Amino acid sequence: MKILNIILSAFRALQRNKMRSFLTMLGIIIGVAAVIAMLAIGQGAEYSVKQQIAALGTNVLMVYPGAQQQAGVRSGAGSATTLTEDDALAISRECPAVQYISPGAFAGGQVIAGNLNWSTSIQGVGSDYLEIRQWLIEYGDFFTDQDIKAAAKVCILGKTVADNLFPDASPVDQTIRIRSVPFKVAGVLTKKGQNAMGQDQDDVILAPYTTVLRRLSHWPNLRFILVSATSLKDISAAQTQISELLRMRHKIQPYDADDFTIRNQTDLAATATATTQVLTILLASIASVSLLVGGIGIMNIMLVSVTERTREIGIRMSIGARSRDILTQFLIEALVLSLLGGITGIILGVVGSNVISSIAKWPTIITAFSIILSFGFSIAIGIFFGFYPARKAAMLNPIDALRYE
Amino acid sequence: MIQNPTPSSPGTGGTLIQIEHLTKVYQLGEVDVHALRGVSVNVSKGEFVAIMGASGSGKSTFMNILGCLDKPTKGSYILEGIDVGKLSRDELAMIRNKKIGFVFQGFNLLSRTSALENVELPLFYGPTSNKVRKVKATEALERVGLGDRIHHYPNQLSGGQQQRVAIARSLVNDPSIILADEPTGNLDSRTSVEVMGIFQELNNNGITIILVTHEPDIAQFAKRHIVFRDGKIRADKVNSNPKIASEVIKDIPVIDEEEEAA
Repeated sequence: MKILNIILSAFRALQRNKMRSFLTMLGIIIGVAAVIAMLAIGQGAEYSVKQQIAALGTNVLMVYPGAQQQAGVRSGAGSATTLTEDDALAISRECPAVQYISPGAFAGGQVIAGNLNWSTSIQGVGSDYLEIRQWLIEYGDFFTDQDIKAAAKVCILGKTVADNLFPDASPVDQTIRIRSVPFKVAGVLTKKGQNAMGQDQDDVILAPYTTVLRRLSHWPNLRFILVSATSLKDISAAQTQISELLRMRHKIQPYDADDFTIRNQTDLAATATATTQVLTILLASIASVSLLVGGIGIMNIMLVSVTERTREIGIRMSIGARSRDILTQFLIEALVLSLLGGITGIILGVVGSNVISSIAKWPTIITAFSIILSFGFSIAIGIFFGFYPARKAAMLNPIDALRYE
Repeated sequence: MIQNPTPSSPGTGGTLIQIEHLTKVYQLGEVDVHALRGVSVNVSKGEFVAIMGASGSGKSTFMNILGCLDKPTKGSYILEGIDVGKLSRDELAMIRNKKIGFVFQGFNLLSRTSALENVELPLFYGPTSNKVRKVKATEALERVGLGDRIHHYPNQLSGGQQQRVAIARSLVNDPSIILADEPTGNLDSRTSVEVMGIFQELNNNGITIILVTHEPDIAQFAKRHIVFRDGKIRADKVNSNPKIASEVIKDIPVIDEEEEAA
């Protein structure tokens, strides 16, 4: 029996029980749609995490003093004495793979402007900071090298801070008080939004690191040094150069551990990506359980169908159908069910992902891979769950099948 | 008791079926049921045989074996030189497809499938192309007088017409034998004679027909009678003066609806 004829007669057999065929397919439709949608959400999340990390600047290195960053509970305690301003100057002088460098200091505190106040963090940075972070000034100016040298009391407001302290007027050239120290506002940063961790990156005030060290934190050493390599592929070169330089400057013996930590965004990206990938796999596995249930539905209906059509099977056998003809017929029927369900499910999944995307404002990405995967899955389910009923039909004894009422 | 019972029959054109010492034992739990207890018979090409007997006489079992739906426990069955007893399940299916046409009491048509498609069905399981299949099926339907109803569905056809579709289906692959199992069992007397007329016509054109029936009236249309009882052949004789359906039908009044209502 030719395959095209079998497919045609399978379609016809399924048409005879439209409602039943549809309900059976529904199991597969929901399963496939769920898998597609879950993969789309997961991959969308992965993509947006990668995007945000890339926005931080992928060729950026962070140098932290001591082991503070690894034993997080100790951060802020008094042992971070190893990174100095001279270290930062030496790095910019002696490491050829380093393009920009910004020493970093930190203070927290209440900020007052007129009758408004706001609690935020104050970052002390160098003049290259904006180049490294790929950030821009929306209006006003950034502080100059001169300001840094003089530890001038100027600052740049993040968008959130500017909106909260100066809701109506322009903050440029206004004076604000940070921990009672008056600062002149030189400019306002452009909006950068949330980072990968969900923190508002615009809730910040930038000031010359010298000013923060001397007038706010009263702390002699740097909290971090932010460095950007000349290019993405120079990152590891820059890391090695900085490491060697600092070990030399800090007089660390060959077998002793570093008293500083160098981190790059690639590590962070890898961790975040791995996390979202686990999430994607988890979501897809849950969704594929419903696909499995759909497959069992197909098997159930095919078993019913074989019983109902025992007489037809007998007739076909009596006029010369071989076992394998009957097997093929029922297998193709199961396959048509699962494939139709699969295709409908893919369409529904794609539409559904877009709806989720536009309602919940989640990014979703549908890849060719997830479509091929679901398609392959529905074929596999059709064959796997269709085989047993089809075999049962093919193994019937023609005489018994003919007499079946 | 049975000494080579094959009588010379009209239309002999060489041996078609050779059956020797055929036995069939069914096992029903602990009990062995002997359905056939040593049957030997020959059928030649072009014969029209009626197999008769009460229920339980073994005639249905015999028919199943003849139709390659079942295998004998012992004995041999040679159909056109092929020892059928030695064939596999799939080879038997091929024999049924190529050499045997079945007509059943309950018609056994596929419902919701047109007459044409029902008749085409045996050709699906062979190498016939789609085009040839349609032509052959149409021809077979024309041969049984249903040329104008090829697209009707079984539920749109009367019992007699359905049985004709079944006969057309049995014909379509040019089989060596047509096996008819109580083909008139579900039909009224006039339609029964009509159907027997078709069988006689096919037989006159050289097709071998084996008919199972328990109605002596119907058996009268065949040229040879084989009577089964208790799993053995009790009688095997030539019907030297078979009734001619085309003449008998003239004596049966047409029962139309008005008459029934009256």
